[in-house]
Amino acid sequence: MELVAGIETHVQLKTASKMFCGCAVRFGSPPNSLTCPVCLGHPGVLPVLNRKALELGMRAALALNCRIAPLTKFDRKNYYYPDLPKNYQISQFDVPLARDGWVEVRSEAQTRRVRIHRAHLEEDAGKLLHEEQGSRSFVDLNRAGVPLLEIVTEPDLRSSEEAYAYLSTLKSILRAVGVSDCDMEKGELRCDVNLSVRPPGSTALGVKTEIKNLNSFRYVQKALEAEFRRHVAELDAGRTIVQSTWLYDPDQDQTRLMRVKEFATDYRYFPEPDLPPLAIRDEEIEATRRSLPELPAARCDRFMREYGLSEYDAQALVSERVMADFFEDVSKATGKPKTAANWVVNEVARILNEKKAALEETRLAPSALSDILSLVEAGRVTAASGKEILAHCVDTGRPPAELMKELGLEIVTDTDEIERTLDGIIAANPKAVADFKGGKDATMKFLVGQVMKATKGRVQAPKAEELLRKKLR
Amino acid sequence: MSRDLLYRSARQIAADVRTGKISAAEVARAFLDRIEATDGQLKAFITLSPIAEPPNPAGPLAGVPVVLKDNLCTRDVPTTCGSKILRDYRAPYEATVVTRLRAAGATILGKTNLDEFAMGSSTENSAFFTTRNPWDLDRVPGGSSGGSAAAVAAGQACAALGSDTGGSIRQPAALCGVVGFKPTYGRVSRYGLVAFGSSLDQIGPITRDVADAALLLQVIGGPDPLDSTSLPDPPPDYLNQIERDIRGLRIGLPKEYFGEGLDSEVRARVMEALKLLESRGATLTDVELPLTPYAIATYYIVAPSEASSNLARYDGVHYGHRTEASGSLIDLYARSRAEGFGPEVRRRIILGTFALSSDRIDAYYHRAQRVRRLIARDFERAFRLVDVIAGPTSPTAAFRIGEKAADPLSMYLCDVYTVSANLAGIPGLSVPCGFTSSDLPVGLQILGRALDDLTVLQVGRAYERETGPMTRRPPLPAPSS
Repeated sequence: MELVAGIETHVQLKTASKMFCGCAVRFGSPPNSLTCPVCLGHPGVLPVLNRKALELGMRAALALNCRIAPLTKFDRKNYYYPDLPKNYQISQFDVPLARDGWVEVRSEAQTRRVRIHRAHLEEDAGKLLHEEQGSRSFVDLNRAGVPLLEIVTEPDLRSSEEAYAYLSTLKSILRAVGVSDCDMEKGELRCDVNLSVRPPGSTALGVKTEIKNLNSFRYVQKALEAEFRRHVAELDAGRTIVQSTWLYDPDQDQTRLMRVKEFATDYRYFPEPDLPPLAIRDEEIEATRRSLPELPAARCDRFMREYGLSEYDAQALVSERVMADFFEDVSKATGKPKTAANWVVNEVARILNEKKAALEETRLAPSALSDILSLVEAGRVTAASGKEILAHCVDTGRPPAELMKELGLEIVTDTDEIERTLDGIIAANPKAVADFKGGKDATMKFLVGQVMKATKGRVQAPKAEELLRKKLR
Repeated sequence: MSRDLLYRSARQIAADVRTGKISAAEVARAFLDRIEATDGQLKAFITLSPIAEPPNPAGPLAGVPVVLKDNLCTRDVPTTCGSKILRDYRAPYEATVVTRLRAAGATILGKTNLDEFAMGSSTENSAFFTTRNPWDLDRVPGGSSGGSAAAVAAGQACAALGSDTGGSIRQPAALCGVVGFKPTYGRVSRYGLVAFGSSLDQIGPITRDVADAALLLQVIGGPDPLDSTSLPDPPPDYLNQIERDIRGLRIGLPKEYFGEGLDSEVRARVMEALKLLESRGATLTDVELPLTPYAIATYYIVAPSEASSNLARYDGVHYGHRTEASGSLIDLYARSRAEGFGPEVRRRIILGTFALSSDRIDAYYHRAQRVRRLIARDFERAFRLVDVIAGPTSPTAAFRIGEKAADPLSMYLCDVYTVSANLAGIPGLSVPCGFTSSDLPVGLQILGRALDDLTVLQVGRAYERETGPMTRRPPLPAPSS
């Protein structure tokens, strides 16, 4: 059977204030501290659109190759829930901000276009907190009114890996154009997926089910696999699939029924009378389009073409705009793109991973890595020492040359000093020396190792070997 | 304090306060005494406001005692909307119009009675009590801004603010013998007006003469960054341009406004007023507003649809009345709302919910919106031929309390001449034009082009100039029976 899936993603737009009032948007603030009469839904208040939310929504939509509606509007979606103070959500119904886009998704060996059905603006709801002991519930409305862009794909995904790849690509695009940080732990990106199955070669769509509240890309992938297994098993057993909503249980690695959709909820959408329709001029759209940076896919291609990087390295670099920018700075400063890529993808990424920090949160500047690479290149420190200096730069932001001196990592170039060290090693290892002289060339490796150990790597190994061979000739 | 002060114009009171002839506190005292003496009978007020520190003594409304319909949010006292569900609700902010009144030096005396959530034409739908008509205490003052109109007519306040969704300023003004003006939609910020039908609601002044209405509009009108539907351009100086010669002015008389259902005495007073204007050089022309018969039906789909959504927030969760009964979340919603809302509000929420439901929305809400655009086009067509349209504000003078309370449809027909202006977003003024044989006031309605509030006020002022200031006073306090 073939898997057919679509994804709805809610992305929090990176604005300083909420969508329809002046309240600040900040994660982790005390409950209800970021509220005002407007986002609390008091009688008589009116929404005023945050133009920045519209601008970011447009940016995202254009980066996803969507068409922007020349005239759009807001609608009220009416439903009762305690996290929704007005008991309606200001959203967009029949004239979304954007339609008909696509994202190029690379997974395994192939690249496919996943079509974007629509993208629309809406305000977020608050958060309900339930007492663990007892039956009371609390409402935190800090999030109520935070701007979201809902991005809906066509049912174009054909595997769980592709779903994972789509989300990774989407995230890297949205981060690249600066519309959202997409931090799932802060709820800045949330997704619901829907899935149906069909016999290979069929073009009809099967009955779909929805899986809600997936809080990592990995869970999306696993949930799709689990739900796919369930669909296939149901059909194999001669049963039919019922339209329903499911939750994914990662412990059991299976989906659990949340509710069966007996009838669609009637949201009684109608145009929001408090907000006039929005005309978006072509010049505005074109200006936004022109202001978009190079997108990850194009940048990846360019890195391979221009710098001769492997697809793996290029892909790794462009998935985070800051990393890619960092790489390009280092590459330009040193003129050695492959070395730069190698260090960024392996060393920098490893250190960040250990620290669980983002590059922009550390004190590492591109100039520091350039300096380190120059020191290595000039033979003033070994590569191993360079990595040690790098780790210190990440923490302190101090100049590498200074760190090199302070840490005593500079390679010893004083020949007398090296000679004295070698003499010491020779004197201390008479057996090895005798073996070598007796024709056991492999012993040289051991002796060089002893030199490195004694100098803590401050002597270049080839240099040590050359001098040793001279002495023992 | 002399009775003369109680009926002095806002312009005169402000001038006297600015020149120090009288203090704002003295003015306030006189009106509070009047309220004390009359409101037991009239029942115009839901809450009296604490009289705050001396207001801006140099402002255009220096010391002018103003009352507010109790659906305008204020910080100092509750904003009840005439509803049990908001009986104790105190807004954490102030409506833009209230802030502007205070900045202009006005003294806010209190908050007046209304039909619950402004839904009604008599104040009988108030959850608290029915306001009386100052000309006949057995009759309604009209509604929904009945408390505001009654207070101004009775000399309890110099001026008032009301809100008009389908006639709620103009109809009570007509029934109480005062001036009521609904400006062009967007002229006055709605921020802080508890929403009923958001695309129809407009705040406006209720005063004893047209020039005072112009003065108040001057103060409360103009763009507001907190209301995205407020008009962006600053309003003209209404008061300075209010005097105008009406020679050559073309007045349209829609035959649909003089047909069946119009009381003969009301018709007679309105025609006398129009003949007077004609005798001063205006021309009277017949015009057609053929969609008038559909206006009430259209209005009673659009307004309840928006209301069903606007009133969803009163759910017992965040503020307002919450049921004592325990139960599920749905029970909390259902009980709080059933206990908090009166029958007319419930009826309109049900109507609106029905009209927006997915299998009915095309037949009702969407169709009503199309008819609404056609109604606006009717007016545009008529305004190519005439400068203003005039007719009666209400088909009858004030009716008896209880007379229509049992029959919502006959009550809805009170709005037959007024709802179209809200559907089309155009300005409408009601000016007193005499009395019936039973001493009940009659109102002349003047409608104008969208944005042309000025011409409407000028025509009303021209009529008022010809007839002179109203000298009749309501018989209040009435001898107790």
